[in-house]
Amino acid sequence: MSQAASAAIPSSPGAAARSLALVAVAAVVLAVALLAGPRYGLLLLIGLGFGLALEGFRFGFTGPWRRMILERDASGLLAQLICIAIVASVAFPLLAANGAELKGAHAPIGVAMIGGAFVFGAAMQIVLGCGSGTLVNAGSGNAIGAVALPFFAIGSFAGAYHLTWWTNLGSLPVMVLSGGQGLAITLIGLAAVAGLALMLGKRGSHRLPARYWGAILALAALAILHLIVAGQPWGVVYGLGLWVAKVVVGLGGDLSGSAFWSAPGNQAQLAASVLTDVTSLTDFGLIGGAALMAWWRAGLASPIGVLPVRGWVAVIIAGLVLGYSSRLAFGCNIGAFFSGIGTGSAHGWVWFVAAFAGSWVGVRLRPWLGLEARK
Amino acid sequence: MIRAHVTVAVLLLVAGVVAFDVGAVAKPLNPYTAPPMLALGSGMAAAGAHCAAPPPK
Repeated sequence: MSQAASAAIPSSPGAAARSLALVAVAAVVLAVALLAGPRYGLLLLIGLGFGLALEGFRFGFTGPWRRMILERDASGLLAQLICIAIVASVAFPLLAANGAELKGAHAPIGVAMIGGAFVFGAAMQIVLGCGSGTLVNAGSGNAIGAVALPFFAIGSFAGAYHLTWWTNLGSLPVMVLSGGQGLAITLIGLAAVAGLALMLGKRGSHRLPARYWGAILALAALAILHLIVAGQPWGVVYGLGLWVAKVVVGLGGDLSGSAFWSAPGNQAQLAASVLTDVTSLTDFGLIGGAALMAWWRAGLASPIGVLPVRGWVAVIIAGLVLGYSSRLAFGCNIGAFFSGIGTGSAHGWVWFVAAFAGSWVGVRLRPWLGLEARK
Repeated sequence: MIRAHVTVAVLLLVAGVVAFDVGAVAKPLNPYTAPPMLALGSGMAAAGAHCAAPPPK
């Protein structure tokens, strides 16, 4: 390698810089714990862990689905299913024994929920980022994720604003699998999906890379810890909509026209600090953890990608659609798929089927939107 | 433009959201009214907002 070439390779930060960064992060977490309360400091720390794990192990939800659809590589999807199975194995007994203190990600199946999940699946393939993925991408310097993020938040606010109208189109009662029998059904369901993925996947899909095992263990441990600390499973999109709602209120806007935002629980959340909102704190942590890991690996020095104008327009529209549809669908890959199935909600399973079908469409839309070369 | 610029912009956006909330919207923080560190074993009902929560009727 020439001297010029080696000089162009960005170097990782030194020990002193890393130590300083860790001290700064610890100071922020401590400040939140002291000012808002220890639970909130711990939730920020858990969010940082999610960001570090997702960026550090280069793991996510959109990419594995894309590889399953395009390359028949089932390994990433298998890793997700194994992770959910681990979380479910702990969460079901915890929820059964502590039904008042802990709650699952339980939502009704409905017309808008299914449509929202389908549209979300398509949009997440267009920007190559789901709820957590968009936050991690934005934090690690991905310009598409960064541009999509504010529009994701605006869409989440708007979707929540209209949520009651959409659910009135038709919803079933909330259906929950619980106890030992519910856990057995969930694990059998996950195994059945894994078997189907292996059957449809290419040979060797069952061999998971070591980084996937790292991600599985880290995400499962953090998700279980989140349930124990927050009393509810990991979620992403509520916080994003809340940020926009706060800006609207702060600028003198009136949210009384929305049954959702004028509900007592959401009014209380609007009046309270964002530093006491569970999903906001883990979202902040996701962004910060991804940024820290990207910096740590010297991954922030590369130039950002160039897109045609219609590509950026597609990213903005997809961001809005991601946010809006995730509210109709009662969650994204995290709130509905990961946490929904992991805590026994039937809507998580329906979400998975609808979003995967949407992903199949989204993968095929990308070349037409100028986001990748046409084949 | 490199990825570091994007990361800094995103972190500033997050800091801006928190600062705007603290300055213009939210009630002052009070750690003495905060819930216990762990919900499990607290004896308190789970009360946080979640994207999967059904909407108000």
